[in-house]
Amino acid sequence: MYVAVKGGETAILNSYRLLDERRRGDATLAELSVGQIQQQLRLAVDRVMTEGSVYDPELAALSIKQAAGDLVEAIFLLRAYRTTLPRLGTSVPLDTARMQVQRRVSATFKDMPGGQLLGATYDYTQRLLDFTLLAQADCDHHDLAEGQARVPAMQAQEPMPRVVDMLNQEGLIEQAPVPAGDPAPMDLTREPLRFPADRATRLQNLARSDEGFLLAMAYSTQRGYSYTHPFVGEIRVGHVSLEIAPEELGFAISIGDMELTECEMVNQFAGNKNEPPQFTRGYGLAFGHSERKAMSMSLVDRALRVDEFGDAVQSPAQMQEFVLSHSDSLEASGFVQHLKLPHYVDFQAELDLVRKMRFSAQQMPSPANLESKP
Amino acid sequence: MSPRSFSTPLLRVHGISKNYGHHVALRSASFDLWPGEVLAIVGESGSGKTTLLNTIAARNRPDQGRVEFAVRDGGLQDIYAMSQAQQRLLARTDWGFVHQNPADGLRMDVSAGANVGERLMGLGHRHYGKLRAIATDWLERVEIDANRIDDTPQMFSGGMRQRLQIARNLVTQPRLVFMDEPTSGLDVSVQARLLDLLRQLNRNMQLAVVIVTHDLAVARLLAHRMVVMHRGAVVESGLTDQLLDDPQHPYTQLLVSSVLQP
Amino acid sequence: MNEPMLLAGTGETPMHETLAAGENFNFAYLDERTKRMIRRAILKAIAIPGYQVPFGSREMPLPYGWGTGGIQVTASVIGPLDVFKVIDQGADDTVNAINIRRFFERTTGVKITTHTSQATLIQTRHRIPEDPLTEGQVLVYQVPVPEPMQRLEPREAETRILHSLAEYGLMHVKLYEDIAKHGHIASTYDYPVMVNNRYIMSPSPIPKFDNPKMHLNPALQLFGAGREKRIYAVPPYTTVENLGFEDYPFEIQSWNVPCEICGATDTFLDEVITDDAGTRLHMCSDSNHCEARQNAGGVAP
Repeated sequence: MYVAVKGGETAILNSYRLLDERRRGDATLAELSVGQIQQQLRLAVDRVMTEGSVYDPELAALSIKQAAGDLVEAIFLLRAYRTTLPRLGTSVPLDTARMQVQRRVSATFKDMPGGQLLGATYDYTQRLLDFTLLAQADCDHHDLAEGQARVPAMQAQEPMPRVVDMLNQEGLIEQAPVPAGDPAPMDLTREPLRFPADRATRLQNLARSDEGFLLAMAYSTQRGYSYTHPFVGEIRVGHVSLEIAPEELGFAISIGDMELTECEMVNQFAGNKNEPPQFTRGYGLAFGHSERKAMSMSLVDRALRVDEFGDAVQSPAQMQEFVLSHSDSLEASGFVQHLKLPHYVDFQAELDLVRKMRFSAQQMPSPANLESKP
Repeated sequence: MSPRSFSTPLLRVHGISKNYGHHVALRSASFDLWPGEVLAIVGESGSGKTTLLNTIAARNRPDQGRVEFAVRDGGLQDIYAMSQAQQRLLARTDWGFVHQNPADGLRMDVSAGANVGERLMGLGHRHYGKLRAIATDWLERVEIDANRIDDTPQMFSGGMRQRLQIARNLVTQPRLVFMDEPTSGLDVSVQARLLDLLRQLNRNMQLAVVIVTHDLAVARLLAHRMVVMHRGAVVESGLTDQLLDDPQHPYTQLLVSSVLQP
Repeated sequence: MNEPMLLAGTGETPMHETLAAGENFNFAYLDERTKRMIRRAILKAIAIPGYQVPFGSREMPLPYGWGTGGIQVTASVIGPLDVFKVIDQGADDTVNAINIRRFFERTTGVKITTHTSQATLIQTRHRIPEDPLTEGQVLVYQVPVPEPMQRLEPREAETRILHSLAEYGLMHVKLYEDIAKHGHIASTYDYPVMVNNRYIMSPSPIPKFDNPKMHLNPALQLFGAGREKRIYAVPPYTTVENLGFEDYPFEIQSWNVPCEICGATDTFLDEVITDDAGTRLHMCSDSNHCEARQNAGGVAP
């Protein structure tokens, strides 16, 4: 006699135990510490902070440990934690012009005040697997570059005006004027996205979006799916002071600093009724050292600005509903993976329908059937 | 072939202008359209004729001027003063718009029957059998084999798609239909058949039509009156026969003389 | 309840412990401000039956697509005196239902039940319980895709206009096509309905067999879509009509066998494969209903 399946709760509890074992792996090997992840897997930490919308390297490292390295799962942990955090206030807008720069490059000019600063980057490494890294322990034979490769103490730096500000002086690049009344931007973590979305809202969505998706969208623009003639005006990576202006004080105070990557993309010029042609802009910003993300964001930002420039909408990267609805890794991962949940009731219904249709198809005389009759 | 006379025009277009940056696409165009009348807007590409069509069909707001339509239960109303809901209702009931490319005016992945029945379903028709009968009737009226009712327009020829698009628009008995070069891209014989159909529909349904075309032969065959456009301005207008037989404006003369005589 | 100040007040302490520790979280997990925001959305939804109200969906400890909308709705309406039931595909003991039930057990401590008649609040995925609901009960549906026209028109900006103008021709085109192609309407679950004669609504992927239960139901029906960030509602005793044509009316599924465990002939049946030869067995999808019938003396045929 058939007995209905029970024991789901036991299965779940057992799965937790198995998961813990898998995550820990071989117990004879030293356990990863959160500090090690934070220091030695910092680029993963940077991504998790950016998409998790929380600047806390230690928490991001913890979530990476708990998620056994699955970064989307880690982002999920961080975001779920974020939901529980109370909102204390809003910072003063970050002033990236005052960044303590570790790295700063521009493709539009050979040289400019402040210079091109290569910094720590994989860009000019030769991608050859370094088997010496297989060995544990601190290796003396690594040359640690002094100065710029490390996080600089807040020492005085040569002034580094932004490249776009220099183009601004000649009026060559579009301005981004503060809208009348300086309204606060919408907070997507508190309110749902509606269409059409304004630029500030779009940028917020893009800042949180999955790096892989954004990269693909950005790439598509370069391959002709709404090409925007982009040039890297400036990428700068470094520390920016985080400031708040409490009412009681009446002035801004620094409460710490955060590492940011900013990308200003200079794009196809456009003129309109009132203005002769100027270069247009795309903007990208990410936590930590995240150039791929910031650059992709800036390309997609520009592509989505179709209304402002009267471009014809021809490709997916220009369609805000397409880009912004599918950019969130948690929404995407959740819905794709939800297909694993039981769907047997829905499937049952489909099964019945298909059986019914096949049954009727067999009953009805088709030309083939008629011809075969004697 | 003359329309009945009425006291107010069906459509009144007054002083329509439209600029794109420094480019003047339309310069103060005006005309009236009477019930059952066919008006052709003729000109070369770049003359502004499509811009004019789109502004009078509520698809592109003009920078200056007014467009008024005589709604069923009232007089002339400014179409740009209407709410979006009213404009959309108008577009689905009392107006039609036939696109140059039929794929733009049809649901290509849905059957011919559904394409024709959609407007009715949107208005609350809920009887499948009756909807199908009406669709069948209309397919016959536009000379599409009624057996094709369940085929999608993907499987239709260009001429058939165009006729289907017309049926889809006419099922709600609109009083005004806008057409944007409906015959371009079709073979000459197919064009002739389509124009013949349009002429019959105009006559039998008292259907007013504003048709944009670069082809004077289309205007001659179909239109009671004509408006000639050149560089955004209306250079001449009047009865088709008069204009074609005795053009006054140099540009009209040029157009007429360049049409090959049969 | 007084609105707590930023960090002071009941239960606003941030979560430093994981849920396993069982301490330091607000009743039903969400903070009171968030609950208020969701309740406002729920009230608006009840005031406009069938209309999708956008809301600021939060990241929950379960993934989007796995019931976060239903969970947020439940978390906003559940109180300490509630008796709570969770089902998935009609059963109390599938892994997903268990997971959600455990979440609420630990964050609320409310009484849990598997009996429909004893529950004050029921959260469900893809089925309506067989036992008729009564006044005072609340049914919370988990909704994956709240927009009934999304598969025909993915742009939200466009479907919003269609709803506001009650322009539902597109929906009927789809039904017409089904009849033209298959001889009948092909939707067997998530069958679209017209609520209160005004809005077309997705009832969530319940089998169409369950649709009639929604009509004039004495209970309050709430719908939560977390990923798509919409809440909608069908207040008690509201008309819920199934779309169709006069000559092709809505029909529910039927089986020519009864439940082979309890003998019921009027319930939705699941098919289970019992051996390598592909032998099939049919049994009630609603586990509680089937069990109750067995206990009351219902017999397998």
